[in-house]
Amino acid sequence: MAVAQAKLDAAAARLAALSLPQTGWSAAARHDAAARLQAMGMPGKRDEYWRYTDPTSLTTADAPHARLFDAGDEPAMFDAVDRVKLVFVDGVFDPAASDDPVAAGVELLSRVSADIHWAQGLYGVLETRGQTPVARPLAALNTAAATEGVLIRVTGKAAKPVSLIYLHTSESSDAILHHCIKLESGAELTLLENGPAAARFNKVLEVEVGDGARFHHVRAQGRDHERRAVTHIFARLGRESLFKSFTLTANGVMTRNEAIIELTGDDAVAHVAGAALGDGDFHHDDTVFITHAAERCESRQVFKKVLKSGAVGVFQGKILVKPGAQKTDGYQISQCLLLDDDCQFLAKPELEIYADDVKCSHGSTSGAIDETALYYLRSRGVPLRQAQSLLVQAFLAEAIGEIEDEALAEDIRARLEGWLARHGQ
Amino acid sequence: MAALDSEDQIELREGVDRETIETVQAMAGKYKHGWETEIETEYAPKGLSEDIVRLISEKNGEPEWMLDWRLTAYRRWLQMEEPRWAMLHYPEIDYQDQYYYAKPKSMATKPKSLDEVDPKLLATYAKLGIPLKEQMLLAGVEGADEPRKVAVDAVFDSVSVGTTFKAELAKAGVIFCSMSEAVREHPELVKKYLGSVVPQSDNYFATLNCAVFSDGSFVYIPEGTRCPMELSTYFRINAENTGQFERTLIVAEKGSYVSYLEGCTAPKRDTHQLHAAVVEIVILEDAEVKYSTVQNWYPGDENGKGGIYNFVTKRADCRGARSKVMWTQVETGSAITWKYPSCILRGDDSQGEFYSIAIANNAQQADTGTKMIHLGKRTKSRIVSKGISAGRAQNTYRGLVSMHPKATDSRNYTQCDSLLIGDKCGAHTVPYIEVKNNSSRVEHEATTSKVDDDQLFYCRSRGMDEEEAVALVVNGFCKEVLQALPMEFAMEAQSLVAISLEGSVG
Repeated sequence: MAVAQAKLDAAAARLAALSLPQTGWSAAARHDAAARLQAMGMPGKRDEYWRYTDPTSLTTADAPHARLFDAGDEPAMFDAVDRVKLVFVDGVFDPAASDDPVAAGVELLSRVSADIHWAQGLYGVLETRGQTPVARPLAALNTAAATEGVLIRVTGKAAKPVSLIYLHTSESSDAILHHCIKLESGAELTLLENGPAAARFNKVLEVEVGDGARFHHVRAQGRDHERRAVTHIFARLGRESLFKSFTLTANGVMTRNEAIIELTGDDAVAHVAGAALGDGDFHHDDTVFITHAAERCESRQVFKKVLKSGAVGVFQGKILVKPGAQKTDGYQISQCLLLDDDCQFLAKPELEIYADDVKCSHGSTSGAIDETALYYLRSRGVPLRQAQSLLVQAFLAEAIGEIEDEALAEDIRARLEGWLARHGQ
Repeated sequence: MAALDSEDQIELREGVDRETIETVQAMAGKYKHGWETEIETEYAPKGLSEDIVRLISEKNGEPEWMLDWRLTAYRRWLQMEEPRWAMLHYPEIDYQDQYYYAKPKSMATKPKSLDEVDPKLLATYAKLGIPLKEQMLLAGVEGADEPRKVAVDAVFDSVSVGTTFKAELAKAGVIFCSMSEAVREHPELVKKYLGSVVPQSDNYFATLNCAVFSDGSFVYIPEGTRCPMELSTYFRINAENTGQFERTLIVAEKGSYVSYLEGCTAPKRDTHQLHAAVVEIVILEDAEVKYSTVQNWYPGDENGKGGIYNFVTKRADCRGARSKVMWTQVETGSAITWKYPSCILRGDDSQGEFYSIAIANNAQQADTGTKMIHLGKRTKSRIVSKGISAGRAQNTYRGLVSMHPKATDSRNYTQCDSLLIGDKCGAHTVPYIEVKNNSSRVEHEATTSKVDDDQLFYCRSRGMDEEEAVALVVNGFCKEVLQALPMEFAMEAQSLVAISLEGSVG
């Protein structure tokens, strides 16, 4: 079917408003991505893949305004963690506020102008692979037009986690960041991300996890009520490698987080988890696509959402088991706690399986707080609000349990408690 | 259950019961209903046009309003596009290369009673195990305490050849007749309800059906009546290159009850044949309808040559408070199955249930499931779907559970299990869950697995061969759904499960 002209026009308009670098090692990949975007057009409301999320505010040529948010005296995230801090203000690297990236082995996309670079093998490569069977135009847009990002190649075990901090200081900022991370065989890295980044944020993270390598990712998306974000993680996993990603989203008017993970080496493990808390005008979408292309791999998707006063939660998760990917163990759970009557949970948890010796399951539930559990706690003398808060925390525990590092998990739990206290739970 | 032929009696081994042996024997046979009745057939000219629509309407002796209704649908259909979202791959259908109307010549004048029906037609149904004589019972239920009566409407290609027990049903006030007869005899009921559940514009295949449906069954159960016997329609496609487009309408008035069974078969042919049916069910206050289907259209050969393309729209509208519908389906046949029996739970406290076994073997493709639309308060729905894939088949469960903002305190429970036999087939699950209020609870579970090695080993160690063992395990896997079927159907379905999987092992 021909792509609707309006979608093509929207892609052309968006590209015209951006300046694409013409030289350097990434120019070819950017040129290719722009051409792909022009052919596929921008996503539209009627696309099956955008069934539950209206992409309009993510695709317009100009970013909708987002008022700044004052977090008050709330302590900064991951403060207790010894880490390499890299700060981006509305998508622009801030060297004064950051640790020295070079000393930490991190290169910045905007500063590498050579014609040849290792990241050529990664930049836009996994993103391109992730365009089938479903087109992801906003990721192609990112590859074409990213202005900044980190390029990290890890050989042994990284000394400290790399922490990317995204600040939002302009009401009309429109940031496009693209990170490439390559973990060589046996390497290990923890990547932390936090902050709202911009009024509108488009981010792509491409991760190549080599044989036996381990990648941990913990992120907290900023609490600015009016910010919008579309993020993509494209990961490819080698033999016996491990990939673990956790995302906390508390507020934000529009968030679409996609994770496209390919298990290409035998015995690889991929866990993707998310906890989302939303109040009022909040739309949160987790879209996950996990491909099992090797034997004896394990994947887990754990997504929990807590919604208040009219918030909308979306989950689209898919496990694809390719022919020959025998002994696959695939698990997926998506659950939603609806605290008010006008909240919505929209889910499409899919399995597509072409191998017979597999164990795959998914579950999805939604409903209000369990009255019986609430009654039990109250009958034991726990005040109503505290009882509700306890039950919400218990509900989210499985997702947070996916974070291996206890200090990081504790930090996330503290954020959750803070959110619940502020939102009358 | 297949009866043992006297000439190939076999010795019973110790510990193996007769039923198991019968199952295995049944498995040795291929598609049982692939024969053809040689009968002179009158066709409408090949292809589809307004003239064909007019011709079908005229053949059925329909009033003007019915023709207008068909023509509106036909004109709309011309503007529509064939849906392509299902996980089904088939070459483009040439809608002009089909016959839209085929009728045995002997049916030129409508027989007044079953005695006047062409013996060849009666023999066809007898061979299929569907007796069109009122004193006979359905095969396989001997030994029941009291003989159970089942009224049958037999549809052969485009026309209904006869309906049994009409007089006895009429005594209870139940109307059970062919659709064409209902249009003539009960126009007020047909006008009121036809298209009220599946509107003319519903979807490509349903709209096509609205334009060209030739016959089908009509059921009306009056207020407070429990239908005195089970009703059944048996569809047989016989003519070559002919599409079958039947339309069924069931109306259950307040406080009534009916159980309805549907069966279908077709001869083996090298070319694909189109079947696009519509079933509409209207259920008023406190009424209950059970609709059971054993779909056994010719599935095509091992290489995917021939077989029926089955595009069916079935929907029940629980309009009244506390009304209830239960869909049970055993889908073993057809080269392509595209079918989503749905429940609109409009009345407060209404209930919808969907039990399904879908088996796809060889080159078959099935994309089937249900929709549960919760509109009323405290509505309940339950979905149990068992998909089995073998050979190179693809089997997809596709379903929707929707809780509207006003459907407060509602419940849904969904369980979709898939079983894979062999490494060349596929099993897929595509559920849509849309919850728009917080007092409702929705639970969805799905699993995919292979036939358990331990269970197989256990069966093998008891002397069963591999195919027997697989059939037994699969029947166990399907048990929850088989139990939801009326008894005579359950028995047929159980042996069908085994037959459908024939050749899938090794």
